[in-house]
Amino acid sequence: MSVETLEYTAKDFSSDQEVKWCPGCGDYAILKAVQRAMPMIGVKRENIVFVSGIGCSSRFPYYMNTFGFHGIHGRAPALATGVKLANPDLSVWQVTGDGDALAIGGNHFIHLIRRNVNINVMLFNNRIYGLTKGQFSPTTNLGQKTKSSPQGTIDNPFNPGELVLGANGYFFARATDTNPKGMTEIFVEAEKHQGTSIIEILQNCVIFNKDIFTDVTGKDVKLDNQLHLEHGKPMIFGSQSNKGLVLNGFKLEVVTIGENGITEDDILVHDAHEEDSTLHMMLVKLHMPAVMGIIRSVKTDSFEVRMKRQVEEVAKKSPYKSVNDLLVSGETWEIK
Amino acid sequence: MGTTAVKEIDKVVIKFAGDSGDGMQLTGTQFTGTSAMLGNDIATFPDYPAEIRAPQGTVAGVSGFQVHIGHAHIHTPGDTPDVLVAMNAAALKANIKDVQKGKTIILDTDNFHRKDWEKAGFDEDPLVSGILRDFHMVEAPITSLTRTALEGLGLDNKSIIRSKNMFALGMVYWMFSRPLEYTERFLDSKFANKPEIHEGNVKALKAGYHYADTIEALSSASTILPADMESGLYKNVMGNEATAWGFLAAAEKAGKELFLGSYPITPATDILHELAKHKHFGAKVFQAEDEIAGITSAIGASFAGDLAITTTSGPGLALKGEALGLAVMTELPLVVVDVQRGGPSTGLPTKTEQSDLMQALYGRNGESPVVVIAAKSPADCFSMAFRASKIALEHMTPVLLLTDGYVANGSQPWKILKTEDLEDIKPHEAEKTMQNWQPYERDVDSLARYWAYPGMAGYEHRIGGLEKDELTGNVSYVPENHQKMINTREEKVQRVANYIPELEVDGEQEGDLLVVSWGGTYGSLLTAINQCTGLDKKVGLAHFSYIKPLPRNTAEVFKKFKKILVCELNKGQFVKYLRGELPEFTYQQFNKTQGLPFRVIELTHAINQILEEK
Repeated sequence: MSVETLEYTAKDFSSDQEVKWCPGCGDYAILKAVQRAMPMIGVKRENIVFVSGIGCSSRFPYYMNTFGFHGIHGRAPALATGVKLANPDLSVWQVTGDGDALAIGGNHFIHLIRRNVNINVMLFNNRIYGLTKGQFSPTTNLGQKTKSSPQGTIDNPFNPGELVLGANGYFFARATDTNPKGMTEIFVEAEKHQGTSIIEILQNCVIFNKDIFTDVTGKDVKLDNQLHLEHGKPMIFGSQSNKGLVLNGFKLEVVTIGENGITEDDILVHDAHEEDSTLHMMLVKLHMPAVMGIIRSVKTDSFEVRMKRQVEEVAKKSPYKSVNDLLVSGETWEIK
Repeated sequence: MGTTAVKEIDKVVIKFAGDSGDGMQLTGTQFTGTSAMLGNDIATFPDYPAEIRAPQGTVAGVSGFQVHIGHAHIHTPGDTPDVLVAMNAAALKANIKDVQKGKTIILDTDNFHRKDWEKAGFDEDPLVSGILRDFHMVEAPITSLTRTALEGLGLDNKSIIRSKNMFALGMVYWMFSRPLEYTERFLDSKFANKPEIHEGNVKALKAGYHYADTIEALSSASTILPADMESGLYKNVMGNEATAWGFLAAAEKAGKELFLGSYPITPATDILHELAKHKHFGAKVFQAEDEIAGITSAIGASFAGDLAITTTSGPGLALKGEALGLAVMTELPLVVVDVQRGGPSTGLPTKTEQSDLMQALYGRNGESPVVVIAAKSPADCFSMAFRASKIALEHMTPVLLLTDGYVANGSQPWKILKTEDLEDIKPHEAEKTMQNWQPYERDVDSLARYWAYPGMAGYEHRIGGLEKDELTGNVSYVPENHQKMINTREEKVQRVANYIPELEVDGEQEGDLLVVSWGGTYGSLLTAINQCTGLDKKVGLAHFSYIKPLPRNTAEVFKKFKKILVCELNKGQFVKYLRGELPEFTYQQFNKTQGLPFRVIELTHAINQILEEK
C-alpha cells in the first residue's frame, strides 16, 4: 500500500450516479465524511474497494468513484474477505446496516471479526429496516412499535459493540451521523488499523425511525450525553467539561469533578490499546453518556498477513516448483 | 510365491468388507495401488457408512471397498465380486447376496461367534447353516493368527487387532500373485515414527501371505497380466484428488492465483483437503463459516481477479443458490463443483446419485443460466475441472461442474498429463489499450464481457446484484434493457457450444438404439453397450460431458438412431431436459435411485428389453 500523499480531493471519490437516499437521511453525511477521508488514507483510487450487502446503506458503493461491489443480503463480509484475500494490497471497505450485519448476516459478521481480516466495516445503525419499509431490526429498542411489531417488540436488542468484543474484535469505534469531523477521523484511524475495524455509526432514518437518537445527538443534550474518548486522555465530558467516569466496584459511575472531593486525577484514563477488553465492554454498554470515538484498538496480526506468511513458508519447503512436479509425484509407473 | 503353477486370468473383482473401523478402505487402496504398479487397468468403488464409527458388528456399520483389476480394459468396479473378504458376520450378511455361486469367500472365523452372527441379523450360524455351501470357502481364524504372528512384539491388544487387515491383505496378495513391496513402502512411511506398529503390520502382511500359500487358499494362485494400455507414465488417481489438480493446473495455465472458498461436506471435502496441501502454489484455501460464505468469498476473489472456485455437495448447492445468481448477474468467472450424493435433504451423504441436475440447471431465482458440465470418471475429473476453469475465465460465466460420490471416491489409472500439453487459458480481461472501456461491453463472438479488477487504474467501476445497464453496468430498471439482458445472458451461455467438443458416439454410429448417459455412469454404460455388440441390433452410446449448452451436433446424432434410451441415477432429470431442449425426439428412460452405481447387468437387461419391443 502506498503511503505517499496523493493529490486527491473529496470530489475525486464522487461517482456519476445520482444519490437516491431520502431527503434528510443520515447517509448523506456519512457519504460526505467518507469522501473526505479517502484523500487522507494515502491509497490510490484503483486500490480501494467498497463492498456492501442489501439495504439502504448498501447502495453506498454506487456513489463512490472507486471499485465497488453491491452484493446480496448479509454476505458482504464474505465477499469482502474474498476481495481482500485475492489482493491483500487493496483497501477494502464494507458498508452495512443493522439488519444486514446483525440479522441475516450475523454469522458472517462474527466470523469476519474472529478471523480479523483487514477490512473496515461501517455499520449504519438506525435500529430499523428502511428499504423494506419499517420493520423492527435486531437493534430496535425493546417494546418499540413498528410495522411488524404493532403491539411492540418482544425481542431483546443487540448492542453491536458487545457482539464485536464478544467475537474478540480488536477495533471498535462509535460515531454519530451528526458529527462529520468525528466520523472522518475514525475512518482514517480504521484504515490504519491492521485487522477488522468495526465502526458503528448511529444513523437517523428520517422516514421510519426519525429522531431515535436525539437523546444522544440532540444539539441541546449532546455535550452532556456523549463521552468522546481519546486514547491516553481522561474520560471527561459534559457542557462544563466537569463530568467524568470512575470505576465503582465492577461498575462505571458518572461523577462530577469538584464535588465530593473528586478531582481530575480520579477520572479513568482511556486505554484503547489494552488487550483485556473488560473496560472496553463496560464503555460499549454504557447507556448514558453514550460513548463515542475509538473504544478499542489493539494491534495483532491480521488474517491475510498470516495467510501470506504461511504460503511463503510452505513454498520454501515444498519440493514442487510447478504443477507438473506434483502430477508426477508419488507412486507412478511407466507403460512402454 | 508358492510352488503351484500360477494361472493367468483376465480380470477379477475383489470386495474387502468389515467393520467401519477395520481398515477396509486402506486395505482396498493398497491392493489397488499394488495392482496399478503392475500395469493392470483398475476401477474402484469404496462404499462406507456416513457414521465415522457406526455400531460395531452390525450391517449398518459395514464398510466396503470393491476393486476391479484387469488385463482387459476395465470401466466399472464390477457388478459382483469374484472374491469377498468378510472380516465379520455383518460384512458377510451385507454382501453375500451379491456373490454368485462358485465364487470365493474369505472369512475371519474369529468373528463368527453366536453374538456376532446374531448381531449381524442371521437366524442361525452361517458357518453351519448351509448358506455357504455353494461357495469356495476360505475360513481362516484371521484375528487369532494375527495375534500369534505378532506375539512377542509387545503390542497391546488394540494394535494387534488393528493389524488383522494386513493379514487379510497378505492372503489376497498371495492369491493373485501380487508383490508386497508397494504396501511395505507405504507402511515404512506411514509408521516411520512408530517402529513397533510398523513391524506388527509388516509381520501381519507377510504372515497372511505365507498362510495363504500354506493352506493353498485357492487351488492355485492366479495372476492378472498388465493391461494393454497406451504407453506413458501413469499414476492411480481418485476423482476428488484429480479435481483439485485440474484446478491447480488451470490456475498455472491461466497465470492466475487460485482461490477456494469452501465448507466441509461429504463427499466433496477431499477437494478442500487436497488443495489445502498445496498452498505452496499460492493457492488460497479458505475454509469459510458456511456454504454461503464459501461461494460469496469466491465471488469476491473473482471480482478481485483470482481464478475462484467453491466446492460442495447437493445440500450445499441449495445454500449457494442465491449467490450463484449474483455471479450470473455480475458475469464473473466462477467454478462451482457439486459432488452429488443421494438426496433430498441430508439424504445419503456417502452414497452416489445424479439427482442434482435440475438444481444445477434451474435451482435459482429468476432466469439464471450457468454452464453445466459433468465428469465421467475419476481421471476425467482432472480434465473437466481444467475445462470448467477455462470456460469460466474465457466466457466470464459461472460454470457448474457435476461429479458424484462414485466418481469422487473411485480411482483409476491416469496417464499423467503435462501442463504443456494442456490447452491455453486466456482470461477475458480488459486491456490497457481499450478505449472507453465499459463494464458490460462484450466480445462479439462469445458475448463475454471484459474483466477489469481492482488495481487496474482507470477501470474503477461498480457492479452488483441489481439489473445492469447493457453497456455501462449501472443499475437499470428499464423494461427493455431487462429483457435484453436476460436474452444476452442466456445467449452467452449457449454460445459456449461453439467452443466445446462435439458429441461422440461409442459403439455403432447409427442404428437401432442410442443409449444416452451423462456424468459418472459412463463406465457402466460403455461396458453394457460393449456387451451388446454380438446382437443383430445396432447399439450406440452417446455420453454427455456438456449438458448446458448441449453439444452442437446433438440432434444430428439423435437422428441416426431409431430409439433413444436415457439412463440415469435419478428419476429422469436429463431426459426431462432433453424433452424440453429437443422435443422432436422420443425418449425412453431407465432410472435407478438406490444410492449405488448402475450394474452392467441391469443396463444390458434394460437395453435388451427395449430392443425386443416393436
